[in-house]
Amino acid sequence: MKPCHYACNSADHSVARRTFLGSLALGAGAVVGGLGSFAQPAVAAALTKDEKRMLVINMHGGLSQLESWDPKPGTDTGGPFRAIPTSVPGIHISELLPHTAKVMHHLSLVRSINTKNDDHGKGTFMMLTGRRQLPGQTYPEIGAVVAKCLDTTDRTLPGHIRITAGGGGGRSADSAYLGPKYASISLDGGKPPQNTTKPDSLTDASLAEQNAFRRLANDHFLSRRRTAMTDAYVQSYEQALELMKQRDVFELSKEPEKDHERYGKHDFGRHCLMARRLLENGISFVQVSHSNYDTHNENFNFHFEQVGEFDKPFATLITDLHERGMLENTLVVVLSEFGRTPRINQYYGRDHWGKAWSVCLGGAGLQRGAVIGATNANGTEVKEREVDCGHLFHTYLRALGLSSKASFDVAGRQVLMADPACGPIKELLA
Amino acid sequence: MKPDFKAAHVAAEFDHTSPLITCRFDPTGKFVFATSEDRAILRWDLADPKKKTVFSAHDSYVWAVALSKDGQTLVSAGGDDTLMWWPATAEKPAPQRKVTAHKGWIRALAVSPDGKLLASGGNDRMVKLWNLADGKMVQEFSGHELDVYSVIFHPDGKFLLSGDLMGKVQQWDLATGKSIRVLDAKELHSFNGGQGVHFGGVRGLALSPDKKHLACGGLHKATNPLGNVHEPIVQRYDWETHKLLKTHLAEGLTNSTVWNCLFHPDGTLIAGCGGGSGGHLLFWGKDDEKPAPAFKLPDMAREMDLHPDGIQIATVHYSKKLRLTKLAPKAPEPAKKA
Repeated sequence: MKPCHYACNSADHSVARRTFLGSLALGAGAVVGGLGSFAQPAVAAALTKDEKRMLVINMHGGLSQLESWDPKPGTDTGGPFRAIPTSVPGIHISELLPHTAKVMHHLSLVRSINTKNDDHGKGTFMMLTGRRQLPGQTYPEIGAVVAKCLDTTDRTLPGHIRITAGGGGGRSADSAYLGPKYASISLDGGKPPQNTTKPDSLTDASLAEQNAFRRLANDHFLSRRRTAMTDAYVQSYEQALELMKQRDVFELSKEPEKDHERYGKHDFGRHCLMARRLLENGISFVQVSHSNYDTHNENFNFHFEQVGEFDKPFATLITDLHERGMLENTLVVVLSEFGRTPRINQYYGRDHWGKAWSVCLGGAGLQRGAVIGATNANGTEVKEREVDCGHLFHTYLRALGLSSKASFDVAGRQVLMADPACGPIKELLA
Repeated sequence: MKPDFKAAHVAAEFDHTSPLITCRFDPTGKFVFATSEDRAILRWDLADPKKKTVFSAHDSYVWAVALSKDGQTLVSAGGDDTLMWWPATAEKPAPQRKVTAHKGWIRALAVSPDGKLLASGGNDRMVKLWNLADGKMVQEFSGHELDVYSVIFHPDGKFLLSGDLMGKVQQWDLATGKSIRVLDAKELHSFNGGQGVHFGGVRGLALSPDKKHLACGGLHKATNPLGNVHEPIVQRYDWETHKLLKTHLAEGLTNSTVWNCLFHPDGTLIAGCGGGSGGHLLFWGKDDEKPAPAFKLPDMAREMDLHPDGIQIATVHYSKKLRLTKLAPKAPEPAKKA
């Protein structure tokens, strides 16, 4: 085993060298370095061949499964919308998704999620980490895990990017023990990361001199006092420089005008086009948020508006990923923190509902045109193949070619990447 | 008989098995029609609340119904793109005509003063004019930026008015199909950037009997559209100048919406209001800011209509009931036998 990089020389900080892929073949758990560990060349080389990526569309607030993936028209819970056939015989989805219906043969549905949770924060945590939130415990979000496992040394840009409609920008604290290198960078409003342009007053030569001096000082310091924390600082500075160098990657204006037209000139359309651009440029994980589906009031009016906005850009993105040969290697997941109540309230609203709802998935490592599980006639309970957030998380990892039984090495402690109480939805895997 | 708004009381209840959506009286005053979340249209004989007839054919909720002047023809507007013509008084009603009229929900209907034309408005942002007798389309009006929520004819028969989610009221020339002018009731619309949604709209649209005032009803102060945080409002405009004359409010009725508004023949403005504060009928004189009075219904109301007698108001409720409120003192209780 290679000696520890850090000043403490602790064996606990050593990076395990077994690869995920090797372990996958063996069916055994692998160990991946945690905070402070560097990318592993063997893993990186193996993963480069596949260039797997992941795209998450987060339907923030709680998309109604009845107005999207699991319509129940004509029942007491069905609401006013009808179901329409899709490109997969036998699969019907809401009439609010006519464009998505045409690309359904690239996608699959899981209609039997029971997360037993109706809380926004807990639901988001569960769906993005694959675990239930417990006091004092935190886990990295899927984006951080994907960036950690799939980023190779030649991928110099951040591997975990979130595109949101607004907010403060900057870096989030969603990578837990994987460290800040894998925390998400937010492109708020789909704009390039903040503070990535060089001030006019600073010349290239001056900037280069500053960085050379910084590196010299770092090297001197790190030769004696290297820690996970100092590595994080070094990584942050170097990543920032790469962001500045490759800022064009985030310039949506570089995309052809006809594609802006195809995706739609609204926030979500632009954000889907940005997602395509980022995935094409080798970003391992991209998350696009579409807000907001928390429709306690006038659920049908707001889903008409929101799902109507989602439908065409999403279908366009799926089509483009397919036509560009990227869908084979890009796992796509449309998720929420929970679904919405079958019961329609007095304000024509639907409330929080984690007992029987759906996600849509497609791309890398998955069956196409499949429907996993089912709810009963009016959608009030799962009647077939109940799954939890943990099953989905395992499935994501397996679809990306990773072992969902692998562990992260966190200061010498082996932390399983996915909830050991669950396993992948095997019938959904390709 | 003159209405006594202060004596308003619920005089009758009609039951169904599913929450109700909208209601209309037939012009003869014999029946009241309602629609429900089980996709049905219901007809009750006012003389016999137990006599209910169900009209079933739509493949979605029915958002609006309208009746011919003679009360013999009912037209229903569905969320299934379809207008359906029905024999309104039939024992076992079946659709006489189905017309695919809009792309998406049809939200509003109105019959012209001469009884010959039917106007419809929908989520496709279109307003359309139909020959009521044969269902043929006469005219299309385009210009709304968002969903059309309400339509009424001007009593002179020359203009059609349509209100939309943006709070815009288009005045269409029936002869040319062109928009003459647009009233911007912008207080009734909001766009919430954080939630990414438009909300509000002209839910109720009414012209005063003297044709001098136009009322636009809906909601305002929508600080949380998805969470039902807003307040009811009706704005009264001068018909000729579009000048805002009065903002009618209902203090304390938080989280409620004016689902419809209309003028009583005596000039009183009436709004059917429902939401987190329950159900209310609100009555305003032309100078009243606060309703005088506000009548509290037993539970949340979703729509209302005024009977041709000017004394009865129908409201439909989430509680699966249609209620008749009488604008008159209660009849004395029959004397108990000793």
